[in-house]
Amino acid sequence: MDVGIRIEQLRKVYTSPPPVAAQVRGGPMTGVKFWKRPEKKKYEVVALDGVSLEVKPGEIFGLLGPNGAGKSTTVGILTTRVRPTSGQAWIGGAEVWQERVKVKRLIGVVQQKPNLDFALTAREILTYHAAYFGMTADERQARATELLDRFQLSDRSDQLVTGFSGGMMQRLSIARALMHNPSVLFLDEPSTGLDPQTRLLLWDLIRNFNAQGHTVMLTTHNMEEADELCHRLAIVDHGRVIAVGTPGELKRSVPGGFVVRLQFDTIGDALLAQLRQIQGVTEVQQPPEGGLDLYADRGGTLMPHIVNAAAAAGATIRDVHISEPSLENLFLHHTGRSLRQ
Amino acid sequence: MNLQAFLAMLGRDGRVARRNFLPLLLQNLVQPMLFVFVFGRVMTTSGMMPESYKSLLLPGIIAISMLLSGLQAVAFPMIADFQFTREIEDRLLAPMEIEWVAIEKVVAGSIQALIAGGVVIPTAWLVLGSGVQISFAQPFELIALAVLVAVLAAAIGLTLGCSLGQAQIGIMFSLIVGPMIFFGCTYYPWSALASFPILQKIVLLNPFVYASEGFRSALAPQFPHLDGYVVFGGLIGFNALFFRLGLRQFRRKAIG
Repeated sequence: MDVGIRIEQLRKVYTSPPPVAAQVRGGPMTGVKFWKRPEKKKYEVVALDGVSLEVKPGEIFGLLGPNGAGKSTTVGILTTRVRPTSGQAWIGGAEVWQERVKVKRLIGVVQQKPNLDFALTAREILTYHAAYFGMTADERQARATELLDRFQLSDRSDQLVTGFSGGMMQRLSIARALMHNPSVLFLDEPSTGLDPQTRLLLWDLIRNFNAQGHTVMLTTHNMEEADELCHRLAIVDHGRVIAVGTPGELKRSVPGGFVVRLQFDTIGDALLAQLRQIQGVTEVQQPPEGGLDLYADRGGTLMPHIVNAAAAAGATIRDVHISEPSLENLFLHHTGRSLRQ
Repeated sequence: MNLQAFLAMLGRDGRVARRNFLPLLLQNLVQPMLFVFVFGRVMTTSGMMPESYKSLLLPGIIAISMLLSGLQAVAFPMIADFQFTREIEDRLLAPMEIEWVAIEKVVAGSIQALIAGGVVIPTAWLVLGSGVQISFAQPFELIALAVLVAVLAAAIGLTLGCSLGQAQIGIMFSLIVGPMIFFGCTYYPWSALASFPILQKIVLLNPFVYASEGFRSALAPQFPHLDGYVVFGGLIGFNALFFRLGLRQFRRKAIG
């Protein structure tokens, strides 16, 4: 029953635009390269660049990263919908590409984009799904009734889903993924587009599923979700894993914890030297988009020292932004970019 | 192969088809019946066409109705599924090899084509009025033919549905399906093309020809028609071709 996930050196290079399984909402894929050939240009997108991970049985594990980081491709490979270019992955003891049918019995999948069957009613969506997994008619009906009730969809159970709200569709998608009692649940960006109330309900549902000893893997670019819900996280960017750990560990790994983002009229060596001397400042970085990032053990109380340092170096402060210890800061520290960008 | 999952998917398609029975019936029947009425009734009654044309037309209409309904039954949902609704993802995650999801679609489309054929025969007969001379003297040939044509229709639908996008549906009809109908020996026997020798050879690349000529040979053998071996050879060959092509395109769409 205890089923974990193991990923070894997964690489995925798309040589044509990805089909439904791995399409990403919004942003462009990362790492688009046009290799120059004598005659023609070749389309190549490196979506995953050697990812290795281990998810323990019974864990809620999150993949956190911006759009195009490779999160959906990772989930696509683990759910048998994307063929890896190289590397291997296992759900329990089953290799995801070699033993696809076995893997499909173990997993439940909630895709990023709603993919409910618009020709069927809510109840039928659940019962047909269960029928694909070989459940008897009685079992299917009983389980569908139970899940419709638990997911607060009973009153709409005999309606076609065309008129359902985004939150209802998302709940039904999760109910469907749970119909056949999977050991591992995958959720790709589960709370995108949900109102705060529905998001909390969703988190409760995920926690309840996990409380029965099942494993959950979810992707998100929402730091609050990663922080609140996940036991452990992998931060991914450009198809690579940047950091892995519990939210607490990851946050503590940021030097100092606080980040003070500063904009100056001019940045010179004298200014950098002055800022580095301030007590409590652990690191000064120059992010690619300009300005300076100070990693420090406190925030606001540092300001008088920063103002003095700037005056001493002959620089004028244009803008200040202070952020408390967070996963956002961790991402910033490793990539020089904000997750929200 | 997982028979339970396969049958459950057939059940799902059956449920959806029953729910949309009337629109489906109209979609598949109105156009052929208009042709039957104008060419088979108006033109013959007015004396512009001989009465015997009715019997020549009917087999072609059966072929075309089966082909179009089977083709549409697979191609339209495939295009929508892969592009917008993504409904198919749930079936791709069912515990069986994904190729069976495509095969199930072909089986469901074939059944729909057979039903369309079964409905068209009496309806067209009724519209044509008296003077139709068709024979059911070779029932086994007719059944084998109907099954081959039905599967062919669905396999062509799978190939087109997994190769084209929503934006190309119009093109599919005007550039692919349209010419296939009009050069498919639906409204005339293949022998009528004798005065266009090059065209007569080229249309043999059109799978619709074997369906129309096949039904003509089975139901109205009094007219000139392609030899039975040629018909069955052509149908089996095109079935194999489109089935392989369709599965290849399906795999490309379904796996990243």
